Amino acid sequence: MAQLISRLRLWRGAVLLVAGIYFLLPMAASVWFSIDDPQGFTFEAYTGLLSAPGFTDSLWLTLQLALVTVLVVLLLLVPALIAVRLGSPRLRTVLEVVCTLPLVVPPVALTAGLIGVLRWGPDYLMDTPFFQTFVFVQDPKFPLVLVIAYVLMSLPLAYRALDAGLRAVDVRTLVEAARNCGASWPRAVFTVVLPNLRGALLNASFLTLALVLGEFTSASILGYQPFAVWIYSVGNSQAQMSVAVSVLSLLITWVLLLLLAAAGRERRHRTPARP
Amino acid sequence: MTTAPTPVPTPAATDHSGGAGVSGTASATSPTVPAQRTPGRHTTGRRRLRPRAGGWLATVPLLAFFAISFGLPAIAIAIGAFTASSDAETGAGQFTTDNLTASVQGAYWTALLSSVKLSALTALLGTLIGLPIAQAVVTSRYRAVREAVLSASGVLANFGGLPLAFAFVATLGNAGELTKLLHLTDHGWSLYSFTGLTVVYLYFLVPLMVLSITPALDGLRVQWREAAHNNRATTLQYWRHVALPILFPSLLGGFVLLFGSAFAAYATAAAMVGATVPLISRSIADALSGNVLVGQGNLALALSLDMIVVAALVMAVYLPLQRRSARWLS
Repeated sequence: MAQLISRLRLWRGAVLLVAGIYFLLPMAASVWFSIDDPQGFTFEAYTGLLSAPGFTDSLWLTLQLALVTVLVVLLLLVPALIAVRLGSPRLRTVLEVVCTLPLVVPPVALTAGLIGVLRWGPDYLMDTPFFQTFVFVQDPKFPLVLVIAYVLMSLPLAYRALDAGLRAVDVRTLVEAARNCGASWPRAVFTVVLPNLRGALLNASFLTLALVLGEFTSASILGYQPFAVWIYSVGNSQAQMSVAVSVLSLLITWVLLLLLAAAGRERRHRTPARP
Repeated sequence: MTTAPTPVPTPAATDHSGGAGVSGTASATSPTVPAQRTPGRHTTGRRRLRPRAGGWLATVPLLAFFAISFGLPAIAIAIGAFTASSDAETGAGQFTTDNLTASVQGAYWTALLSSVKLSALTALLGTLIGLPIAQAVVTSRYRAVREAVLSASGVLANFGGLPLAFAFVATLGNAGELTKLLHLTDHGWSLYSFTGLTVVYLYFLVPLMVLSITPALDGLRVQWREAAHNNRATTLQYWRHVALPILFPSLLGGFVLLFGSAFAAYATAAAMVGATVPLISRSIADALSGNVLVGQGNLALALSLDMIVVAALVMAVYLPLQRRSARWLS
């Protein structure tokens, strides 16, 4: 038995070691590539970022898109999911189907469909007020059409995150208790239900944010220039800088996740453990 | 901390929808008087602690948004795939199956097959590699190992697209650090090939598998393993007859998730391989930017339909499995 256990330990270590090498090597190599220089090493790829043409514009656009997308996703999903928990299970199935369907349509295909709609719209709606909507949605300063695409793409992820959170909380009992204590509906939801869903809300927001920050497909095909598309154009001319941005994006994702974990853990410390 | 698909629970057996089936206190205040507790005052009539219409109304914005933003493009694809495009010589706007026929022939058919092949291979490898890693994490005695690996997986599973492509170009590309260090080019290595793309895809697919299979492995009880050993089963036999059959739905579900992610991926390949590996997602993008023959403007929509059909077939396997996997591993 002891022999078996030590053999298992050896095997475990070996698996994790090999995996670790495979996953760490590209990162180490990327960092090295981005500071490598014939005369030693240089941090120009990082310092030159801020002054690079288009960097601030594209980053600003991406952050705006991300913020609006996260807000829209939460505003659409949270009330619907809470209501479904309190009410009919049949609607719950409908929501589940609705939030899973976007998985079946790859981003490229969704973009093709959106372009089809945007092309046909003006032909048939030329003299109607709807025509203005089509123009407005494609405004290059803030393309709402991208928000629509991103919300659809993040629905499945956000739905799963929120659903997992809701499963751990007995929404119905919480709301009934709050209502019995005389709280109004909004108050019951905002002060009782939502604080209990903090982890799930953060998780859903993080997943949506990560998706928007890295989304390239629909933005590039529709011809806008958020951050990911900008990196692509830089990558063709300045390889070092594009790799530097990749390293940074990995770091940012990691920091975001750590913050998320910290936010979740802080909560656990404060609440007394349930028997 | 996880993007993993979680098993869908069975709907609650109890259903109090409609009516005021609330086992509250006897003296509930009426909803119109919030926070004004008047003890002893009994409200007459029906106590409504849950709005009856609320449950239905709160889902309206979501369903309306979905109907418009998902419905319209879906209709556009469905109609466009079967109509002659506006720049066709004859019969613009007429019903035709030419687009679909063209989309499963020649170069497009090659691209579709190549996409399916790449997705299936990477999903299979990802499943086979992800399982032992997840098992090592689950059975590890150190909490730190578990936390570290799972949070790293969370980061890496979200590290797709362009940054991933650039990181690998810097590592294993023609001028990559590792390529130069080990003179890989002399050994016939090229990142810009089917093999290279497989290696790159695994970088985000394996963490995805680790994330999605870990909950299932957590559900394997130690007692089962002990029982198997007490009955003189070897480790291999335990895995063959106990663990794998229980894990099978979760594993297949994970495989499908990986397949879908690899199949839909576009940015990584677009930034890396150019035209050396034909992929359906790239053909669609090319067709959308107008690189098609005159009269084939709707070809992109037909190709999209092909892609959706493949993805839908795969998802149809996945959804029932999610429910199944919850049975043993609760």
